[in-house]
Amino acid sequence: MNSVGLPHFLIVGAALFALGMVTVVTRRNAVGILMGVELILNAANVNFIAFNHYVDAPGRLTGQVFSIFVIVLAAAEAAVGLAIVLAIFQTFRTIDVQETDLLRE
Amino acid sequence: MEAVLFYIFAIGVVVAGAQVVLRRNPIYGAVSLVACFFFLAGIYVLLSAHLIAILQVMVYAGAVMVLFVFVIMLLNLKEEELGEMHVTTMKGIGLAAVLVLVGFIAWKALTPVQFARDMAVNEQIHGFGGVKAVGNVLYRSSVLPFEVTSLLLLVAVVSAVVIAKGKI
Amino acid sequence: MQAFLDSLIRGWGHDPQTWVWTQLIYVAFMGLFSFAVINFAAVTAGIFSWAERRVAGRMQSRVGPNRAGPGGFYQWIADAVKLLTKEDLVPTEADQFLFRIAPYFMMVGFACVFVALPFSHRLVIAEMNVGVFYIIAVTALIVVGIIMSGWSSNSKWSLFGAIRSAAQIISYEIPAGMALMIPVLLSGTLSTQGIIRAQGPWPWEWYIFHDPASFAAFFIYFISALAEGNRTPFDLPEAESELVSGYNTEYSGMRFSYFFLVEWGNMWVMSALATTMFLGGWQVPFLPVTDAADKIAMLSGGWTVLAELASIAIFTFKTLFFVFIVMWLRWTLPRIRVDQMMNMCWKYLVPVSFAAVLFVAGWMLVIHAVPALDWIMRIVLTAGGAITLVMFWLRTLQNIKDTGDKFDFTSNW
Repeated sequence: MNSVGLPHFLIVGAALFALGMVTVVTRRNAVGILMGVELILNAANVNFIAFNHYVDAPGRLTGQVFSIFVIVLAAAEAAVGLAIVLAIFQTFRTIDVQETDLLRE
Repeated sequence: MEAVLFYIFAIGVVVAGAQVVLRRNPIYGAVSLVACFFFLAGIYVLLSAHLIAILQVMVYAGAVMVLFVFVIMLLNLKEEELGEMHVTTMKGIGLAAVLVLVGFIAWKALTPVQFARDMAVNEQIHGFGGVKAVGNVLYRSSVLPFEVTSLLLLVAVVSAVVIAKGKI
Repeated sequence: MQAFLDSLIRGWGHDPQTWVWTQLIYVAFMGLFSFAVINFAAVTAGIFSWAERRVAGRMQSRVGPNRAGPGGFYQWIADAVKLLTKEDLVPTEADQFLFRIAPYFMMVGFACVFVALPFSHRLVIAEMNVGVFYIIAVTALIVVGIIMSGWSSNSKWSLFGAIRSAAQIISYEIPAGMALMIPVLLSGTLSTQGIIRAQGPWPWEWYIFHDPASFAAFFIYFISALAEGNRTPFDLPEAESELVSGYNTEYSGMRFSYFFLVEWGNMWVMSALATTMFLGGWQVPFLPVTDAADKIAMLSGGWTVLAELASIAIFTFKTLFFVFIVMWLRWTLPRIRVDQMMNMCWKYLVPVSFAAVLFVAGWMLVIHAVPALDWIMRIVLTAGGAITLVMFWLRTLQNIKDTGDKFDFTSNW
């Protein structure tokens, strides 16, 4: 296997997505969940750029531009998400997402 | 050379990403996330997306991860709050299922298929993935989304301040 | 670099596309260049450590290190050897892995910058089309290293120092980045060499004197770079009167010296970047190099080498001049408070830098319509700058005369 092609990059993206998904689902720590979301967004980015390189018409950059938007979105999401985590911590004195259940009662 | 670099970066991405899942301590998670994003930047360079690779390092390692680490330090979690690592039968079964699935997909996907184009085509285009090329697309055909993004960032900044500060 | 290596391989009578050893040659030369760059960084940092102590001594009317070698020049080698042979302590309560790896993170972030920094007309390791962005991006690694070292030390002082430092660097990255965007706007490229080529050898052709906003941008960049390098008056992260020594309190031996290597080496990086972006870089008078015409390459034989050496000398001189100003500031200004530091960034530097970018964008439209205004503004600003410098010089001479400077350069120097 000398040359690296589209499937290789897609597998990296898929593995990253799976790891992010597992982090989001299994973590009870809110900061950990946000990290998982970052992993998932980056998995999407890998796919965008890989498809842009191998599948889009030569010289077109739509996928790369889209991934810039994803990066911006991820930064905004991290800022707001971490602000929410801080607010949760001020209310509950914990960031365990299973104990933040005021609306359930 | 490209193949060697790809495997270095890919293994780095997956191993560092796995650390995010496996480590209980969020600081370790954040640091391995930084490492993961660095390897990802390497993969973007291999895909000749130079600008994206630099943006990735700048935004993630420079800003987002520092924000994460800052919040983790502010919260100052004790060891007992982090919870234990439980190994149960369900988790074992899940892991086995994942491994089988991943192996199957990898075996299917890596079977050689003829593609219409390969890596060399885009690399021969001068400046592909560079600042000029990406900027041309960004500021011409997708200028409306670009402007909307600035609005999104403004909303994010304001809401982050309002939510975290409580009283202004 | 690849073009250079390809031509080298062709010189040996092989075709770089087909020759088996091409990739190996690339890797070998990458290793060679990295070795050279890291050594350059380490040696300059060491020499700066000696220079800084001599400058400090001069400013405080004392002598400074003057025993080892001429003028005490070998002092930095002696210090390096001492630090190398010291015990490398790791506190028991510290997080072993992160504690050990943190200094290397800083070293990597610092050494990577040199890849895109130019030294002369031809001497640059990689001329990237994302050069300036790359420099801003890899500098961010230093923050990660600082935070890791502070947190893993498991000590109050380290943690406070690290949090202060992270807040400071992240905040000042915004005005620094915006200020660096102004030369990028003016030259239309992010490549460091391209930005120098877009300027000229004479002061009125530099970007600092291009228009009022870029003049302001230079000072915004300089202040922000001081803050990013944790230099006085922004050395709150290592304020020894409050925090022992900040994030590097628990370190000793070689790991400790890495932190200082990065700090002193950063002086070169920030000064070289200021020179590149605002002060015309390596441009040699009478031999302007632009994208259209390269007068140095047009010279023949020995003159090319001479011009090349002149460009190295000019670049080094400008850079060292700014390194001296940074040292000068350190030993004249007191440290500011944390709230003053944050105020300065968010209330003054950030808005002014945004306004400067907008002004430059507008100014470019104006001079496109009326090209004469460009030269008028440049000459007015250059004249203003020259007059200020001369008045400063005269004032300083007057002060020295009035107080009577009694520094003895002959006997105990």
